Amino acid sequence: MSMIHVRTTVNGDPQEFLCDPRETMLDVLRDRLALTGAKEGCGTGDCGACSITVDDRLVCSCLMLGAEADGKEISTIEGMADGEELHPLQAKFIEYAALQCGICTPGILVATKALLEKNPDPTETEVRYWLAGNLCRCTGYDKIIRAVMDTAAEMREDA
Amino acid sequence: MEYHSPASFDEAVSIAKNADGITRFLAGGTDVLVQLRADIVVPDVLIDLKKIDDTKIIARDDDGWHIGVAVSGAEMSEHPELKREWPGVVEAMDLIGSTQIQGRATLVGNLCNGSPAADSVPAMIAAGATVTVAGEAGDRILAVEDIPAGPGKTNLAKGELISSIHLPSRGEGGGDAYLRFIPRTEMDIAVVGCGANLRLDGDTVSEARVSLGAVAPTALLVEDAANAIIGTRLDDEAMNALAVAASDACNPIDDKRGTIKFRTHVAGVLAKRAVKIAYDRAKGNK
Amino acid sequence: MGVEGQDFEQEFQVVGTRPDRPDGIDKVTGRARFGADAYAPGMLHAVCVRSPHAHAKIRKIDASKAEAMPEVKAVVTRADFADGLTGEDWNILENVMAGEKALYDGHTVAAVAATTALAARDAAKLIEVDYEILPHVTDVDKAMAPDAPAIREGAADGSVPEGLHPNVVRYHESGHGDVEKGFAEADLVIEDSFVTEATHQGYIEPHACLAQLGSDGRGEVWCCTQGHFNVQKVCAALLGTESSQVRVTASEIGGGFGGKTAVFIEPVALALSKKTNRPVKLVMSRSEVFRATGPTSSTSMDIKIGMTKDGRITAGQGVFRLQGGAFPGAPMEFTAMCAFAPYNLENVHQVGYDVIANRPKQAAYRAPGSPMAAFAVESVIDELCNQLGLDPIDVRLKNASREGTKASYGPKFDRIGLVETLEEAKAHPHYSAPIGEGEGRGISCGFWFNHGGETAVSLALSEDGTAALSVGTPDIGGSRASMCQMVAEELGIPYDKVRTTIADTATLGYNEISHGSRVTYASGLAAIKASRDAVDKLCHRAAAKWGIDRDAVYWENGCAKPAGSNAGEFEPLPLEKITSKMGMTGGPIVGHYEATPEGAGVSFATHIVDANVDPETGQTSVSRYTVVQDAGKAIHPSYVEGQYQGGAAQGIGWALNEEYIYGEDGRLQNSGFLDYRIPVASDLPMIDTVIVEVPNPGHPYGVRGVGETSICPPLAAIANAVSNAAGVRLKQLPMSPPRILEALDDQANGRS
Repeated sequence: MSMIHVRTTVNGDPQEFLCDPRETMLDVLRDRLALTGAKEGCGTGDCGACSITVDDRLVCSCLMLGAEADGKEISTIEGMADGEELHPLQAKFIEYAALQCGICTPGILVATKALLEKNPDPTETEVRYWLAGNLCRCTGYDKIIRAVMDTAAEMREDA
Repeated sequence: MEYHSPASFDEAVSIAKNADGITRFLAGGTDVLVQLRADIVVPDVLIDLKKIDDTKIIARDDDGWHIGVAVSGAEMSEHPELKREWPGVVEAMDLIGSTQIQGRATLVGNLCNGSPAADSVPAMIAAGATVTVAGEAGDRILAVEDIPAGPGKTNLAKGELISSIHLPSRGEGGGDAYLRFIPRTEMDIAVVGCGANLRLDGDTVSEARVSLGAVAPTALLVEDAANAIIGTRLDDEAMNALAVAASDACNPIDDKRGTIKFRTHVAGVLAKRAVKIAYDRAKGNK
Repeated sequence: MGVEGQDFEQEFQVVGTRPDRPDGIDKVTGRARFGADAYAPGMLHAVCVRSPHAHAKIRKIDASKAEAMPEVKAVVTRADFADGLTGEDWNILENVMAGEKALYDGHTVAAVAATTALAARDAAKLIEVDYEILPHVTDVDKAMAPDAPAIREGAADGSVPEGLHPNVVRYHESGHGDVEKGFAEADLVIEDSFVTEATHQGYIEPHACLAQLGSDGRGEVWCCTQGHFNVQKVCAALLGTESSQVRVTASEIGGGFGGKTAVFIEPVALALSKKTNRPVKLVMSRSEVFRATGPTSSTSMDIKIGMTKDGRITAGQGVFRLQGGAFPGAPMEFTAMCAFAPYNLENVHQVGYDVIANRPKQAAYRAPGSPMAAFAVESVIDELCNQLGLDPIDVRLKNASREGTKASYGPKFDRIGLVETLEEAKAHPHYSAPIGEGEGRGISCGFWFNHGGETAVSLALSEDGTAALSVGTPDIGGSRASMCQMVAEELGIPYDKVRTTIADTATLGYNEISHGSRVTYASGLAAIKASRDAVDKLCHRAAAKWGIDRDAVYWENGCAKPAGSNAGEFEPLPLEKITSKMGMTGGPIVGHYEATPEGAGVSFATHIVDANVDPETGQTSVSRYTVVQDAGKAIHPSYVEGQYQGGAAQGIGWALNEEYIYGEDGRLQNSGFLDYRIPVASDLPMIDTVIVEVPNPGHPYGVRGVGETSICPPLAAIANAVSNAAGVRLKQLPMSPPRILEALDDQANGRS
């Protein structure tokens, strides 16, 4: 089975890898690029724990082949903080206790960052529907939604 | 599994025609990858269509709308003119899966996956959408309702693939809508889906198409349901006749998502609700 | 019973505040390492081969085609595990790797290790298993029927009365008084039957491990588990090696809720590692998690309750039949014991049956057994209140268990907070808010025992005046923060000067699993005691420096101080001044605590729910939710609220949409998050919380566990809200739209 040669950019870093055509982008990130922040919770696009952006579009990395990354700009949770400075969403999630076990947290942060870039002033309902594909089993979503709403408000003030 | 990313539909046709074993086309991949991972369908040949020119285009001309095979649900939702003219089709597509799924999933993928519960299919059928099918003998145009052949099956031959989707011009006094029933608010497969598209002459319905999903082996175009409302102003009698016609058209199964009884009943409920929305939209579209 | 050094009136400095959790940055940057995030040089990937049949004899396993693949390094079957095991060890092995029979769809029958994950998956498909299919049963009532196939002859223990089907493997009976006399005193007696389907804990992280085991019997395991000491014990037994030779490290854990108290894959990875002499990684797929790890029991229950016109419960009786998969252990005694625990009853009687069927072995799920009991009992109480025209909170207050009440399950209650939760609920604006058109309101109480259990911690002080706490209970919801708070409180140093680590099995004495809502209670108690042990040593050092008696030194605000002028005039000696010299004054200062605390206070909650039902489609939406629960003492209120909200959300899922659906063929139909429908963000409202604090006499600060009680009331509270909204009593969970429409239809046609 021949491997596919892929050149891509991940969190701004040029990356080059060989992958089996059946390998998903999630497999590649975790097993070939040592970026384990994206998690496989289901492998079927139902849980969102593997969320990444591809050319600024939010997707499940488990539903994308590694081969499809060729020539794309990939962003993962590992690229969300700016050096030692957390993204406001990351800081707010800690402050609000918006995570318990933390397995869904990378996916939810990547997804909410994409939301606020598209819609800096979402309603609670809009946040809830945007995040419907990010399952959290610990929190009941309450503190997550509050953290996102409050981050959005602060980012609007700072903008 | 071989992975190909051809640069043209001709090349895609040629690869597919000459492929051995199971061939799948990759656009959004939101069904293909799930089936691959779960060992439901492991293709021998996978043909990625996204490097073909113009597959990401949403364009409008005198004939209506042309939507490329790699256009995602999110891109459709972000297109204000398309959404204004065909809100039902855009909403139907938007109902599929999560925000993340919307970033990848396509109309053509939803159609060719062959699921009777595909959300966009009843909406497209109601809208009178057609597809261009590329093959060795050249292109042919088919109605959307002629593509599904049964669960997981299409009427496309080996070496054929859809190269574009077309929606007619909206025209005056028209409106469409799609509703589905799911147990949660998001993330479920339709237990019943209903697309409605109609045109008004004054307050009276002059043209109508009603389509149901998840109640038969393929999405249905229900002429009796349309006839129940054509020539009416959606009075109670017409709406009840619509519901009966919709329920009568159902030939569903009992499964983990719903019972025959439930699906048959809810088809009538959704038909009324979807037609009402389409009617209100048509009234606002004059 | 109080514990030493208790002061519920004390002014806390750190306890009760809401500091950032110590693992926060790791968790929001993707750096935290969960079960599947470990890699080792030379590592192989393993995949399990699972039975597609609900019940089948394994005639032959032919792995030759798989073994012919160059990437494949080993295949294991039952023959590769210890033989001669008995009791629970044998049961666990039988579940981890099938022996003569596959007992459920998804039961592991073999496993393969290969150089890549894809190759391992391909190889697993090439392993041919010759099955002789046997008759199966998956439903609890059918499994007890005379014509049901016997799944495992001889599995029943001595508790089972004669004449019952061999699938009934354990029996329980408890209560007091005379229920017949009680029913005779009632003005209204309601008797009804209830059914709940099995649900899954639904943690987002599938089980994962990385393991290695040498031919010398020494090994290491990295895994996501609620109890790594238990993993160590089980793995040693199943592999025929010694506990101390298997070092187990608990990874960060992506949710457990009881489901990661059981052992499934670690022994398999170890067996493959032993055969290959290479590290082996084994990660379950989501489908495997649903098919083969612990869901809850499914239940069938009969409840009979009598009430007087003024709302006094005269008697309560319950029969609880729990199907717990192919092995004994369904928590029917907990179901029976929790059912009437909120109420002070003169006459109460409960019977429980543990029934085996061809399903995966049930595992604990948040207050195992209790939510189903509350659903049945609290539904009947709601119906009694409706028919007698009584306020549901007033009736519960009238009958509520209090300090001194003889509990329905036997003992006398110590100080408990049920009445306080009911009073808070009654006073909450939610309870007096108007109810909308098509909406119904439901309330319910819930009860859980909570647990202490074997606990060992160690607290090492550093030269720079900071403290490192090692605990053996995996942090499943932010417990490291509360541990740091309690240590900081005791030592009198800032919160961020304490670091809590989940230590591996080589570092501490045995720690029971993180279960039974025990971590903040038991590891917290141990952390406080270890801190006090360290403080004692600090005081000794200060006394030695000052040349006075230890008894003349006390600890306050992070400093050793002389106890009054008789002890002498000395400047307070801060902790870091003592630790900076500890190498020269007697060596390292380490506090310890090892014990089995038994004072976990029971806890109660009262929930209020508003729900809307669409009568045309049967769809339910929860529009408002309030949790009122007794925490004893909330160490970190944010994480207490989080437990309340999480329990409520899981309860909403259980009540409305989550269920295991088996086909006629005995195969699980919905082994994914697509059709096993846990609540998504858009399904839920904000979940309001009220923390009641009635101190637990068994903890120095009064802590009660909070993790489990929060899932006890929701099933009933939602069922009551939905029944009140729909105008028909729902008696089966989940209350999915087809079931609600069916109930409405039955009522309209006079069938109910």
